[in-house]
Amino acid sequence: MMSTNLLYSLTGLVLFALGLYALIVCSHLLRKILASNIMSSGVFLMLVSTAYRAGNGKIDPVPHAMVLTGIVVSVSATALALVLACRVQETSNVTLVREEYQHDTSGA
Amino acid sequence: MLTTAPAKYRRKRIDPLVVLVFFLLAGVTAMLGRTICIMPQQMPGLENEVARHLHNSGVASPVTAVLLNFRGYDTLLEVMVLFLAVLGVWSLTRATFVGYMGDVSPVQLAMVRLLAPFMFLVAAYLVWQGSHLAGGAFQGGAVLGGAGVLMLITDLPWLPMVPARPLRCGLALGPVVFLSVALGCLIWSGGFLVYPLQAAAFLLVLIEAACALSIGLTLAALFVGGRPYGELMEEQPYEGGSGQGDE
Amino acid sequence: MVAEMTYIMAGFDMLLVATLLWLAWRLLSTPDIFKAVVLFICFGLVMALAWVRLRAPDVALAEAAIGAGITGPLFLAALRRMERLSKEERRLDFEEDRDADHSPGKV
Repeated sequence: MMSTNLLYSLTGLVLFALGLYALIVCSHLLRKILASNIMSSGVFLMLVSTAYRAGNGKIDPVPHAMVLTGIVVSVSATALALVLACRVQETSNVTLVREEYQHDTSGA
Repeated sequence: MLTTAPAKYRRKRIDPLVVLVFFLLAGVTAMLGRTICIMPQQMPGLENEVARHLHNSGVASPVTAVLLNFRGYDTLLEVMVLFLAVLGVWSLTRATFVGYMGDVSPVQLAMVRLLAPFMFLVAAYLVWQGSHLAGGAFQGGAVLGGAGVLMLITDLPWLPMVPARPLRCGLALGPVVFLSVALGCLIWSGGFLVYPLQAAAFLLVLIEAACALSIGLTLAALFVGGRPYGELMEEQPYEGGSGQGDE
Repeated sequence: MVAEMTYIMAGFDMLLVATLLWLAWRLLSTPDIFKAVVLFICFGLVMALAWVRLRAPDVALAEAAIGAGITGPLFLAALRRMERLSKEERRLDFEEDRDADHSPGKV
């Protein structure tokens, strides 16, 4: 049977891969920022699951502290990226509407 | 509009480059997955090391001890990163968001008025609890920031109204207190961030409180997304010049 | 009893992992960005559950407060700003002043 930390590590890996794929493929800037957030969640999940070992009772607090720091840093990076995205849209002529594909603007 | 006709917007043809990216990523993921699977499952971590030195750290919670004492460098730099993020946001744009979102329902207003003091209380409790249980500066700061955001999206635009100097002092409080404690430790006990044993508990709580306040303010300032107009009460409005000489 | 608990925990793990992956997949593939942001907030909350399961209560507290309280509103505010910008742009493009509700001055 699969151990718990292996399960969550692999989940973190899949989240990372999903985020990286969306980061490369999607064109909408907000979607890219969302994707990078998913990537960071995957990395955090991998780190915390290495700290979790079902066998011995103790939990390694060092990865927890690192992840805690990482979460706050990723929030600030996200905020900066969002402001940059807004500036890109202000200064360029790219119209980023709610969808990332072409559709007729008559209905919008 | 969007959800009614999803089939209309399906991607018509598949880009070969996207397929290439997909297979490259799938290969990398498979290799990483194999690495994870062959990693030793019962590797000793640093938990015993932390437990052995916990009584010297000044706090009873291992995570807080690691954050503020054993790996204090990380946290110090992380608080600086938060500060830099605000500087970056402020240098990019002015605040277009002034807080008032239009119609605020009376229920929301009453709710926020009830909830905000309670959230401040929870934040203070989390900071205090951080020295012996789960909690600490980040969690307290996050709750403070959440309360700030909640007040901003109701009709209480407190942050754009704060004068420039107190706001900046509040934002810099955490990094400044942390750095000055670290430098004081350098003079007092001869090591950067090596707290003297008797004063460690007090110093850690001091750092935590200052950082929580700064983190809360920082998160709210990031939500406002730009330099607030509050400083126009003190400074002259400028057109394209560099009017921030007091920083 | 212990074996039963183990099975229950394993089932909970599976459910949690499946929910996380499904939410991530949906939020990255849904065409509507607003929906994606809302799903991201849900993702943060489910992530907090995962932290609790991995016995990291500190991280869970931070994730719940930051994921739901800060990141979500940040994305929603940015989305609103972007939509307003693109609406203004479109209004300038087509020179048709339909409604007064997206004039540049009003936030």
